[in-house]
Amino acid sequence: MSQAVPPVLSVQPSRALVDEKFSVQVENLPPGCPVTVRSLYQSEDKDFWEAYGHYVSDHRGTVSVSEDVSLGGTYTGKEQMGLIWSMRPAPGSREGLRLRKRDMCTPMLVTISVYRGHEDFRDQTALASALVERWHMAPGVQRIEVRERGVQGTLFVPPGPGPFPALLDLWGGGGGLQEYRAALLASRGFAALALEYLKADDSKPNSPGDKYFETAFEIIRAHPQVAPDRVGIIGLCFGTLVALSLAAEYPMIKPRCIVCLSNVHHKSRKNTVTEFPEEVPERFKTVGAMENVLVWRDMGLAVLKMQHPKIPVGNIDCPMLLINGTDDQNWPTVEVASDIIKMMREAGKESLVTRVDYPGAGHLIEPPFSPLFRATNFMLSGTRKKVMMLWGGKTKPHADAQEDSWRRILSFLQLHLYGDPSPKAKL
Amino acid sequence: MDNSLQRVKLSVHPSRALVDEEFVILVQNVPPGSPMTLHALHCSEDGHRWEACGHYIADSSGSINAADDCSVGGSYLGVEPMGLLWSLKPVPGSKPGLRMRKKDVQTPMVVAISVFNGHHSEAFVDQVSLASWVVERWYMAPGVRRIPVTEQQLTGTLFLPPGPGPFPGLLDLWGGGGQLVEYRSALLASHGIASLALDYLTNEFTTQTGKMVDNQYFETAYRVLQQHPQVLGSRIAMLGLSLGSVFTLKMAVYSPVVKLRCAVCISGSHIQPVSGGPQEMMDLFTRNIEKINFSEQNEVIWRSLLLPVPSDPSMKADVGRLRCPLLLVVGEDDQNWCTQESAADMEQMMARAGNDHLLTILSYPETGHLIEPPYTPHTPSSMYRGAGVDQKMMVLWGGKTPEHSAAQEDSWRKILTFLKKNLYGGSDPQAIHRSHL
Repeated sequence: MSQAVPPVLSVQPSRALVDEKFSVQVENLPPGCPVTVRSLYQSEDKDFWEAYGHYVSDHRGTVSVSEDVSLGGTYTGKEQMGLIWSMRPAPGSREGLRLRKRDMCTPMLVTISVYRGHEDFRDQTALASALVERWHMAPGVQRIEVRERGVQGTLFVPPGPGPFPALLDLWGGGGGLQEYRAALLASRGFAALALEYLKADDSKPNSPGDKYFETAFEIIRAHPQVAPDRVGIIGLCFGTLVALSLAAEYPMIKPRCIVCLSNVHHKSRKNTVTEFPEEVPERFKTVGAMENVLVWRDMGLAVLKMQHPKIPVGNIDCPMLLINGTDDQNWPTVEVASDIIKMMREAGKESLVTRVDYPGAGHLIEPPFSPLFRATNFMLSGTRKKVMMLWGGKTKPHADAQEDSWRRILSFLQLHLYGDPSPKAKL
Repeated sequence: MDNSLQRVKLSVHPSRALVDEEFVILVQNVPPGSPMTLHALHCSEDGHRWEACGHYIADSSGSINAADDCSVGGSYLGVEPMGLLWSLKPVPGSKPGLRMRKKDVQTPMVVAISVFNGHHSEAFVDQVSLASWVVERWYMAPGVRRIPVTEQQLTGTLFLPPGPGPFPGLLDLWGGGGQLVEYRSALLASHGIASLALDYLTNEFTTQTGKMVDNQYFETAYRVLQQHPQVLGSRIAMLGLSLGSVFTLKMAVYSPVVKLRCAVCISGSHIQPVSGGPQEMMDLFTRNIEKINFSEQNEVIWRSLLLPVPSDPSMKADVGRLRCPLLLVVGEDDQNWCTQESAADMEQMMARAGNDHLLTILSYPETGHLIEPPYTPHTPSSMYRGAGVDQKMMVLWGGKTPEHSAAQEDSWRKILTFLKKNLYGGSDPQAIHRSHL
């Protein structure tokens, strides 16, 4: 057996929250040695996701992913977190996959390995590898299942006595109970209630009534560790529609601020919010190159041109952060943001709005450093039909958008939920 | 409560880390110039509560950063980013003579860090903190494998770094208290060294037969390590603390089997019956028992037991014959062993033999006997039971907390550098292509 010392691969930190960066370093290589650094993750659904970059060691025999340039692979250039955000399903995987962690009490376990050369590494044993843990929950964050007064969700509370500002966390038309953003928000000092308000499974469609969201808000406010006058809303896609509605049409709710990712502001023809998703798939088009993939963007543009009921956003009195991607193929969210701002301007409240459009980003703007899911399996609410939905986005711009927007979101929430009350001021 | 204080934000980053990693504590949104107390609380595995505190004054932006700002009171003073950990002491009313040692290395040490209004040094339990955070301190990095070793009558635990390996190896020996102490080996494996923690005093064989193991026990452990498929057999080191250093030196100098790349001796000595093993060493202590002293608080001081340094060559390891680098870590206030005198004698022996280029001595003022990995509490004295002894007694280890803690931090870093340089260094870069992988 050879007694050669293998290269040493280290990842710092080896345990971190999912929105934190790590540094990958390989040492003890020969100088000028071509290697591939690869990440591998097996999801809770047992699918394998991977990313890799091609590097060449320097004169000391070191590769530093945060400082060196990847010459090829699933990402190129100097990309410290490319090994996470450029992940995609390993060859041979099922189609249309999306990565969404369900169990918040365990971390994502990612193996980072280094292989010889720039050719296919699958036939090789790794030269060295390390395991990293990526957590959505910081230590001490409480996870509380909420099943009261008909409301279903999970409340995450930061460690400490509180009281804390809080958020109602709303995902989109895919439904179900997605906890991961709320868990991360609590790890950043904001209590957050991830709310289930659309069923994701095959059970009878369950459109919640108006009272549902009011009750959810009351439950948050009533929690002994929540500051009741410092509760906001964060929503994505259809969750944006709900957020805008709650802020504009519910005088009892009065969120302190709202964050809207991938904006939607049209209501159903019956002028309700929760029935809107069921109406949407009535007309769809498929893109020629991709069979059976739904692209709703043009339909959304058509809806914009029509006299379709909209949320009266001019009634909103709190600061708003609108975040959208220009390559959103699911809905014309950038145009919707413009329309929202137009309506706010007409109401003399444009100063409440902060808007950021990200070039090349798609619809699913998630916390960093989540991979891009350009098109995934999706179940339509209403008909319950399974389709492939095109969300859009180009990998690198989308990753940049996620990283930048998260920082802006946290800063916005810090200012408006932790800071002094001055909802009309915008500097 | 004052409305403005409700918005105090506390963060500790990273919240999950290895025991030897630093963190940054940041407090924000506090009225500028206000006095604040940072507090740490830890409940140990054996149910005792440990706490520490630092007194700070917020700056003009209403922030406190423990890495930059000065503590002006509490259990530590000055700019001490990790003071809340290394100055942890048992809460008032605790049993005397406690020592914090993690037994289960597969779970983290959990510490609650809080910020209180004003400067307080006690009665934290009666107050409500403004904010609080929880940190996890781990001895094992993710992917480190813990493998009990019981073959050939050994009692030990092997910790392997993650990955295919093979890795340099290390035999890790603790002192006269015996037991199988895993945490240092777990931490070394987290730094890329396959480390075998070995119990040589209260191991299975000794517990069952009442007889101590002989020197072959260490050679067997070395062989097991050497032959492990994920260990590089030609790159093995030994690390011993206190009594463990005696056998480290014995093996390094005399064993025909043990070929070390380097050796580390912490708070130890070369004084020993050269031709004997553990039993003979224990007999030596017994013969000299009247040399013990007592402090004013009736704590046992054992440092004179092996003094004066013998001139008889059969009573000390002949370090002049060493062929591998040796790192000695010395606490100048060691009240338990004559570490300082031994180190001076070893230096003389090696200078005479002409191999003192192999020797590095790290000598720390006001530092005691128990030089452990950093950011864990300093134990100046504790209730101690030697292996095979019925009675517990209060033993004085020595050291003053701030200096001892600084020594732990500095020596650990230097031990890791020394080990990595000697265990990983000198490799043939071309060999990577001929690797059995």
